[in-house]
Amino acid sequence: MPDSSNIRQNTATVEQRVDAIEAVMHDRGMNPAPFIDEFKHTIEEKWIPENGGRVVAKAWTDPEFKKRLLANGRAAVGELGLTMPPHHRHLVVLENTPTLQNVIVCTLCSCTAFSIIGLPPDWYKDLEYRARVVRQSRTVLKEMGLDLPSSVDIRVWDTTADTRYMVLPEQPSHTKGWSEEELAKIVTKDAMIGVARL
Amino acid sequence: MDGVHDMGGRQGFGRVRYALKAQTFHEPWEKRVNALYSLAVKLGIFNMDEYRHAIERMEPRHYLSASYYERSLTSLATLCVEKGIVTREELERRAQGSFPLSLPIGPGRSNVKTRERFKVGDRVRVRVEHIPGHVRAPGYVRGKTGTVVGISPAYPFPDAHAHGVKAEDEPTYDVRFNAEELWPNSADPAQVHVGVFESYLDRVV
Repeated sequence: MPDSSNIRQNTATVEQRVDAIEAVMHDRGMNPAPFIDEFKHTIEEKWIPENGGRVVAKAWTDPEFKKRLLANGRAAVGELGLTMPPHHRHLVVLENTPTLQNVIVCTLCSCTAFSIIGLPPDWYKDLEYRARVVRQSRTVLKEMGLDLPSSVDIRVWDTTADTRYMVLPEQPSHTKGWSEEELAKIVTKDAMIGVARL
Repeated sequence: MDGVHDMGGRQGFGRVRYALKAQTFHEPWEKRVNALYSLAVKLGIFNMDEYRHAIERMEPRHYLSASYYERSLTSLATLCVEKGIVTREELERRAQGSFPLSLPIGPGRSNVKTRERFKVGDRVRVRVEHIPGHVRAPGYVRGKTGTVVGISPAYPFPDAHAHGVKAEDEPTYDVRFNAEELWPNSADPAQVHVGVFESYLDRVV
């Protein structure tokens, strides 16, 4: 029988547990302290949605880049100096149109193309989003503030393998003629997950 | 495994707790946990499939009540114990309390011998299999028919890779399903795509 009593009685706090495993890794010569500092820098400065913003703005303003992006996302983002972890071997870019909305989820855990669109927001990792968006997509999007007309079809993409996805949102009509830099600023993480339109 | 982690399509959940510009982290220890398991992967102590499976092996009540980063912590600690880096006793002595770990791992499996290559446009059916170990086919597509719309490069086969079993890498296929066929009379109309490993698929003729 599984012993679940240990999660109710005398459980160390989560901070104590993190301290314990970090101390073990330190004692075993894994040198975690500098890695933690470097990692914090990476997640705060490098794995940010502004990366995806640059990709989207470039796709809006350069039709040839957009073609390459839709054909091979990983190679195309590399043209902008953006990288993905080795195990993310493929980036699929999903283009929204006036009649199509793409939405990304990971029902089994919480995978994302984090080096491009930023680390996933809390709600993306919650049980509610994982359970419901595949089955009640239109209802969930409406609850989240995206009330799509019935003329817009929905495509949900469940990130069950190590292929990663990002949504290429539609360019808002009032931004025609804007510079790439200006356009990049209006792109949000939520739009690249597909739960918001710009 | 048919675990509680396999959330897709489960009913009874309420509204998504959504906020604009929502945060990724809420407590300082969460970034440390994220860093520590990334370091362990970088050092080759375990791979991402072992990491994901150790989360799936959490006692179900613990899984459902733990935050995302507490699940990461539990997987990291479990694998460090299973790989012989530390004992549970040492962890609990250092933590000054009990340290809940995941339940023991079962057997894995190698690739399906009769698998075949597919191309975009092929009709495929997800095999009806109940795998006790790590598997990346969500239960909601089991036995369901769809159409291949994309093909990935080859990846390590998760059912083997999480268990130290030798296997060949396999491509995954983005398979398009109709939500109303996945959950008849009980889903919003949509096309639902799942990245499915070759070994999980049969051709529909």
